[in-house]
Amino acid sequence: METTAMHIANGIVDGPVSAVFAVLAIAALAVCVRKAGHDLDERLAPMAGLVAAFIFAVQMLNFNVLPGVSGHLLGGTLAVILVGPWVGALCVSTVLIVQCLVFSDGGVTALGLNITNMALLGTAAGYLLVAGLLRILPKTASGLAVTAFIASVISVVVASQGFVLEYALGGTTDLSLPWVSGAMAGVHVLIGIGEGLIAATTVATVAKVRPDLVYALRRFRKPVTVPEVGVTA
Amino acid sequence: MTKRLGWFLAGGLLVALLLAGVVSNFASSNPDGLDATAREGCTFNADGEITGGTCIAQQEGEHQLAGSPLADYGIKGIDNSFLSTALAGTAGVLITFGIGAGLFWVARRRSAQDQDA
Repeated sequence: METTAMHIANGIVDGPVSAVFAVLAIAALAVCVRKAGHDLDERLAPMAGLVAAFIFAVQMLNFNVLPGVSGHLLGGTLAVILVGPWVGALCVSTVLIVQCLVFSDGGVTALGLNITNMALLGTAAGYLLVAGLLRILPKTASGLAVTAFIASVISVVVASQGFVLEYALGGTTDLSLPWVSGAMAGVHVLIGIGEGLIAATTVATVAKVRPDLVYALRRFRKPVTVPEVGVTA
Repeated sequence: MTKRLGWFLAGGLLVALLLAGVVSNFASSNPDGLDATAREGCTFNADGEITGGTCIAQQEGEHQLAGSPLADYGIKGIDNSFLSTALAGTAGVLITFGIGAGLFWVARRRSAQDQDA
């Protein structure tokens, strides 16, 4: 069997730093659950399950970016566009937890690190970029595709630098940080381009078939307005 | 949940199942960006064990659940790698959808209107 590990393994970052990030991840996910409750209606809840399942599937599809080096989608930006930032972070976390506990991918000790990078940092960066870009780009299928592409490339690089931060704080080996940062950023720009193409295709397809199911088209139009009635915060 | 949404979900799930169950067999088996960066600077033997050098992955430990039945996206005991990956991918999509949709459904906002729905 070839290499199938895709996330940070045990022992790469030391125990104390891994524990700190685990606590941080749990706290952030608790905030996401609270905020997500507001977004999750009867339409978004099953859609979010589908987004999680889709990200799981696409994460299995490693594509070559350099000779001997592959990459796969992380999914933060895709999730933000389809189901919003809070639910999106929970979707990516669900995928990472299933991968860790069922498929032995990504160390159990490293789960907080992986969630921090891909589900929190990647999704947060994706959200800020999507919200910003949709102020200038048209809210059409093609505008959404361009948004998804740009936001994906940058959010993947941001997620890769999350690892660099964790490695700087608790790396079990002593390599030069500028080298680690540069190597991670370089390869993740290429992975981000691949992710961007997948995310752009996916959101453009959903926007054409069911624009009403695209969170970014419904919610990023106006500042904070809740279209449904009967909501008391 | 409306019938139209049901059809969309079924279609989306089918696409995910095809990607994880069939297309996944054509995915690259090279180490990903993180793994490749982590291995740079070390030398490896045929089994993938580190034999020398300095790299990020040097102190890498075994996964706590390395012996689980679906470890490494394959099914333990199935030698045909195509079938093993296909079944593991299919199981993964269904498990992720089940857990995700279940939890999100429980956490959904219940407005007064939803009560009688």
